[in-house]
Amino acid sequence: MTLATALFLLVLFVVTLTVAAYSTYAERKVAAFLQDRIGPDRAGPFGILQPLADGTKMFMKEDFIPAAANRRLFTLGPAIAMITALMTGVVIPWGGELTLFGETFRLQGTDPEIGILFVFAIVSIGVYGIMLGGWASNNKYALLGSVRAASQMVSYELGMGLSIVALVMLNGTLSLGGIVEHQAAHGWNIIYQPLGFIIFLVCAFAETNRSPFDMPECETELVGGYHTEFSSMKLGFFLFAEYTNMFISSAVISTLYFGGYHVPGLDRLGLDPNLTTLIGTAAMFAKTFFFIFFFMWVRWSTPRFRFDQLMNLGWKGLIPLGIANVLITGTVYHLAELWKG
Amino acid sequence: MEPISTPHDYLPVLVQAAIAVGFVGFALSAAAFLGPRLHGRKKEESFECGIEQQGDARRPFSVKYLLIAILFVLFDVEVIFLYPWAVNFKALGAVGFVEMVVFVGFVLAGLYYVLRKGVMRIE
Repeated sequence: MTLATALFLLVLFVVTLTVAAYSTYAERKVAAFLQDRIGPDRAGPFGILQPLADGTKMFMKEDFIPAAANRRLFTLGPAIAMITALMTGVVIPWGGELTLFGETFRLQGTDPEIGILFVFAIVSIGVYGIMLGGWASNNKYALLGSVRAASQMVSYELGMGLSIVALVMLNGTLSLGGIVEHQAAHGWNIIYQPLGFIIFLVCAFAETNRSPFDMPECETELVGGYHTEFSSMKLGFFLFAEYTNMFISSAVISTLYFGGYHVPGLDRLGLDPNLTTLIGTAAMFAKTFFFIFFFMWVRWSTPRFRFDQLMNLGWKGLIPLGIANVLITGTVYHLAELWKG
Repeated sequence: MEPISTPHDYLPVLVQAAIAVGFVGFALSAAAFLGPRLHGRKKEESFECGIEQQGDARRPFSVKYLLIAILFVLFDVEVIFLYPWAVNFKALGAVGFVEMVVFVGFVLAGLYYVLRKGVMRIE
């Protein structure tokens, strides 16, 4: 690992935090827009300093722990949620190669062979954060919220894993950099995997506990769900982890199905390679921001599911559909091979 | 074939984890230090919508959640088995595909069985 990689990781960390912080602002502005309101407008022009105000408030609030809670796990829960949310960005390819001072850098922390499995592994650890936090609160609402969260997240992980299997069959690699390169050469995966994309998208909503699947923090039934007893930075981390996860999920969706940093026809223009890379990175962020907006759009347009509906959709809908998608993909591929001779 | 990744490739992952742990540790201790601290017996009770607290949350809850967790472990292992096959899908050819269809058939039969057994009947 070089100094450049270390610097890149630091920049990535700051960018992730900034995007997550401004997603909270964007969410309130999007909600306001969809509901014909103005939204936050007091902190700075157009309320642009709102995330800073919110962050400062989180620091200055009382760090309250209920007497009945398990103190160590109560702190560990939000910490795990936040740490896992910040860790997955390292394997996502944010751009191509950049040549500076005669050296070539890749705009990706690292590209292990098992990139997408690494993302799944870390996301699975995130379940522990919510589960521990809710259980340690020793509060009935928090307990119900956390067991709901755990069963919801593990159920939808299956559908998500199956939708990726079909994609990996066509791309022949688990490395995220490799998947983007394959798409640059053969066209974006969304063309070949529309069903897989829809399954993945629905599962991404459930994995990030976003509406319409936000039963774990369903305020009409469970007060605040798993974070009922949390305050100060601990509550902040749970909420912030949700926005960070939304950013990372959007980036993963763009990478897997929409060509990541690839822009069709850009290499044919004969631009400077560095400029091409920068346009690619801008395209990657544009795609990511679109999906973040999509997450918000859905949240403010759809009512919440009921828990049994959610479980039925996962186990009787998405998992069989995911398996069908694998079989269809394999059959179509082999028929096409036969056709070609 | 692409080269297999080396332990060297995972160093950035560890660095990223260290940054994340550092940030979380700093923010949690800073918040604990900066905020006010006030104690009170009523205040430190668990929240139950303002009514008197009835027992605590260390009580049995629906076994359905446990069943879902167990089923997840079963099916997730089966999905993981699909990954090495999926990576080599094109190299394995039609025979490899048919073999995997048989495996997937067993998985589907298992899924059908647990659904018919009513594991998902949550009311």
